[in-house]
Amino acid sequence: MAEEEVKLFGTWVSPFSRRIEVALKLKGVQYEYIEEDLTNKSPALLNYNPVNKQIPVLVHNGKPVAESLVIMEYIDETWKHNPILPADPYERAMARFWAKYIDEKFCAAARKIVVAKGEEQKGEIDEIQQQMKNLEGELKEKKFFGGESLGFLDIAANIIIWLVVGQEALGMDQILNEEKLPVLHGWLHRLLDDAVFKECVPPKDRHLDLFKVKFGSSIASK
Amino acid sequence: MFLSVFFFLTGKLREMLPLHINQKLRKKEMGEENKVTLYGMWASPFVRRVKIALKIKGIPYEYVEEDLRNKSQFLLQYNPVHKKVPVLVHNGNPIAESLIILEYINETWKNGPKILPEDPFERAKVRFWADFLQQQFLDSLRSATKSSGEAHEKAMKDVFEKLTVFEEGTEGFFPNGTPHFEGENLGFLDIVLCSLFGSHKVGEEALAMKIIDPERHPLIHSWVTAMNELPVVKETLPPHDKMVSFIQSLRGNSLD
Repeated sequence: MAEEEVKLFGTWVSPFSRRIEVALKLKGVQYEYIEEDLTNKSPALLNYNPVNKQIPVLVHNGKPVAESLVIMEYIDETWKHNPILPADPYERAMARFWAKYIDEKFCAAARKIVVAKGEEQKGEIDEIQQQMKNLEGELKEKKFFGGESLGFLDIAANIIIWLVVGQEALGMDQILNEEKLPVLHGWLHRLLDDAVFKECVPPKDRHLDLFKVKFGSSIASK
Repeated sequence: MFLSVFFFLTGKLREMLPLHINQKLRKKEMGEENKVTLYGMWASPFVRRVKIALKIKGIPYEYVEEDLRNKSQFLLQYNPVHKKVPVLVHNGNPIAESLIILEYINETWKNGPKILPEDPFERAKVRFWADFLQQQFLDSLRSATKSSGEAHEKAMKDVFEKLTVFEEGTEGFFPNGTPHFEGENLGFLDIVLCSLFGSHKVGEEALAMKIIDPERHPLIHSWVTAMNELPVVKETLPPHDKMVSFIQSLRGNSLD
């Protein structure tokens, strides 16, 4: 069997980087993890991702793959056991659709919430809550978006945890709670209970502190 | 008995629907297996991508032209989240977002040319670059379309820089340097490029400026020129004059 070399360039607090850790762990793929300092990017990272100069980057036998959703598809197609995407083309399309929705709409709304003030902020919160209601429509009564086990969309939706930690750090826990979004709330708890997934979230205290440092002052001034 | 009551009630409820929707529902129930419908708009490059893919695979389909200022009930029902075209409906199941539709077509109709490469690393490359064009390039282009004066100049500079990044990044895609296509074997990235730049001459006429300059971006230019020779590309080209007026009015409206 050929020597397989897998490297992941990431950061401890990036949800996009953490997605790749989940995918690799679910597949039981051995990999070397390289923590990047984004204020001082390594020559290796700049060499492997010259276009965007961002993490995560997966390097498999010297070949780099960038963009977290592209990497996840690559992982699923290269290591075919424990599939992340469903077998049915329509269900695959739905998983991809909602993952894209999260990366485009959800991320944009989350970013706006921390910088917006007053009425504008309220509008952004309403928007993100509506987005999460839409996601609940896709989850319905399933244990995970992937069914009985974690799938592509569960991994892509990891970023919702960042919202939860963020709202706790900034004293804004009215955005996602059990009352407003019971279905998603239940899913979140199952996600954080999962043996593989829970190893791939930032340590909570460190994460809370980072949020407070980054955004605390902008919220306090409202 | 419960079932017969259920059907009776739904039958009664259905009779209350407008006639044309009722007729459509009946048609669906009469087992229109494998029926493919594409909801689109004649000028949309995103819709054009799906048309090209369906033609390459030889998939028969019904095309429904949408008036985007007055969207049909079907479109709003099939794509409630984004309310946009294209939407592909297959066996009554709707799929939205052009790139996701292309992947669906590739995975569902396994006969005919493959739209995505077989090798996972090659796939990752085409998906990466398609995403680059779709997100980063189009974001720059939108900024340029909405601005004027100095801001517009700056935005256009960014657009050209992104084209250069693409040009340099995809240099190794053609073994002997010149884009060349066998038959109608356009792939995922080819289709995306064709949809965005295939009609570049029309855009250039409408806006009186060079968009794909053969001196600045020789690879993109020769790539697009090679694709424009193919029947499948010619057949999906929107009417020239109509397109020129359309682009001019878009530019005018976005400056208001």
